[in-house]
Amino acid sequence: MHFNPRSGFAIYQREMARAFRTAFQSILSPVLTTSLYFVVFGSVIGARMEPVGGVPYGAFIIPGLLMLTILGETTSNASFGIYMPRFTGTIYELLSAPVGVAETLAGFVGAAATKGLILAAIILATARLFVEYEIAYPLLAAFYIMLVAASFALFGFILGIWADSFEKLGIIPMLILTPLTFLGGTFYSIRDLPQPWDAVALANPIAFLVSGLRYAFYGVSDVPIGLSLGLTLGFLTVCTIIIAVIFRTGWRLRE
Amino acid sequence: MSEPILSIRGLTKTYRNGPRALDNVDLDINPGEIFALLGPNGAGKTTLIGAVCGLVRPTGGTITAFGHDLARDWRRARARIGLVPQELATDMFETVWRAVAYSQGLFGKPYNAARIEEILKSLSLWDKKDAQIRALSGGMKRRVLIAKALAHDPELLFLDEPTAGVDVELRKDMWEQIAALKERGVTIILTTHYIEEAEGMADRVGIIQGGRIRMVDEKRAMMERLGTTEAVIALASPLASVPESLAGFGATLSEGGTRLTYRGGNGEGKGRAEVAQLAQALTRAGIGFTSLDIHDSSLEDIFVGLLGEREAA
Repeated sequence: MHFNPRSGFAIYQREMARAFRTAFQSILSPVLTTSLYFVVFGSVIGARMEPVGGVPYGAFIIPGLLMLTILGETTSNASFGIYMPRFTGTIYELLSAPVGVAETLAGFVGAAATKGLILAAIILATARLFVEYEIAYPLLAAFYIMLVAASFALFGFILGIWADSFEKLGIIPMLILTPLTFLGGTFYSIRDLPQPWDAVALANPIAFLVSGLRYAFYGVSDVPIGLSLGLTLGFLTVCTIIIAVIFRTGWRLRE
Repeated sequence: MSEPILSIRGLTKTYRNGPRALDNVDLDINPGEIFALLGPNGAGKTTLIGAVCGLVRPTGGTITAFGHDLARDWRRARARIGLVPQELATDMFETVWRAVAYSQGLFGKPYNAARIEEILKSLSLWDKKDAQIRALSGGMKRRVLIAKALAHDPELLFLDEPTAGVDVELRKDMWEQIAALKERGVTIILTTHYIEEAEGMADRVGIIQGGRIRMVDEKRAMMERLGTTEAVIALASPLASVPESLAGFGATLSEGGTRLTYRGGNGEGKGRAEVAQLAQALTRAGIGFTSLDIHDSSLEDIFVGLLGEREAA
């Protein structure tokens, strides 16, 4: 596959510049929201809660809250990144440039994933102020966060191409991702749910992601880590194939 | 004659649930020329440009640029093509400098500050380099789009209505810029509503209507072939009929024999010479006249006449 690193880097650089230009909205705002969760659920309520699976409650919710932020922000960033040029008409430049799917994804998805990682690092540092935690497998945690950030940046990119209004752009993160993350074991272990809700909860794919990150953090999980990794890699592959097809057919990009 | 820089064969585009925007278009563009594509609104000008630049997926036909088939070898071809769109589509929160630098990188060129400076200075944008694009006037935004299109030094440049919404002074300035680009060897294809623009700058003119190319010719040849001169001579005394000595000029009488009207020539001086001969013949025949009004047809007259003929047909 042909790849022009300069083109990919130009898109990446511009997307990162956009993030820093809107730092309050794209970085400070999610960090502040997540910090509030730590204060309320981690520090205040968490102090009165029983440990879950041997993990203090304040620390237990960190992977879920991290996942909540990464999924929401990377999806929104990537979808907004491609939707705005479509909306304003500046996409003409991207379409007329000698740029293919590889450079476009490296730029848009790379930048969205980078922003997700920066957010994760800031949130983890902020969490330290409110709760104590140790990461059991730091390298696995870093790899898993990168994998999830890249996968949902790809998903967001598809969303940004599919959406034909700002309303549609916000529907998936707000009405699907956030509820599924809340119900995917962010604040509780799925194993603690009564039957049949424990089985129903496993129909929620986000539960596998939260569980996977929790394993990397504390060595405990609701589902085997291999399953979480497999599901995430599968999602990444499916999203990549869909984007390749979109570029090949020009769906919603070229008239 | 050198090989065409752009060759279009049988290009067709039918929009879903829409009309046929391009209908079997054949067109060759020669290196180094300024080609003006004229046509009424909805004629297919922007679709044609979009098909070459990758914004529109053709329904049929082939496009070859610099010897590369755009369907297969689009990367190599697009790296040498620039586009200034009709709409003022720019990232409004970006500064002028960053916007141009982005275009340079997007087209795979290494960052070249000296070249960006040169482009901005040539377009009188240098003092605005750190300004956000949203703070610029419409004309200046148009210049930014041109600067972005030039950032990768294209050899073939599409200008889709480059002077739309631009004031007269800026328009003249832009004509100079376009002439300077031609001097540098850039091939330019422009669409315009200002036919005087095409008349003043173009080497060749193409007329498109209803998605079909109606005529392509060198501007001079087109004006020679289709251009006319009209002379209206106010006679001192009315004539009952055109005298035998003037019959060869094809002039006609009107307004009770007080107006003698000549239509003819080729728009390239032949008509004016014949009018001079007609005036001499009138004098020789002792027919007095009080005024002589001469009008050469412009490209606009030819354009309007052609489209009118087609619509009537």
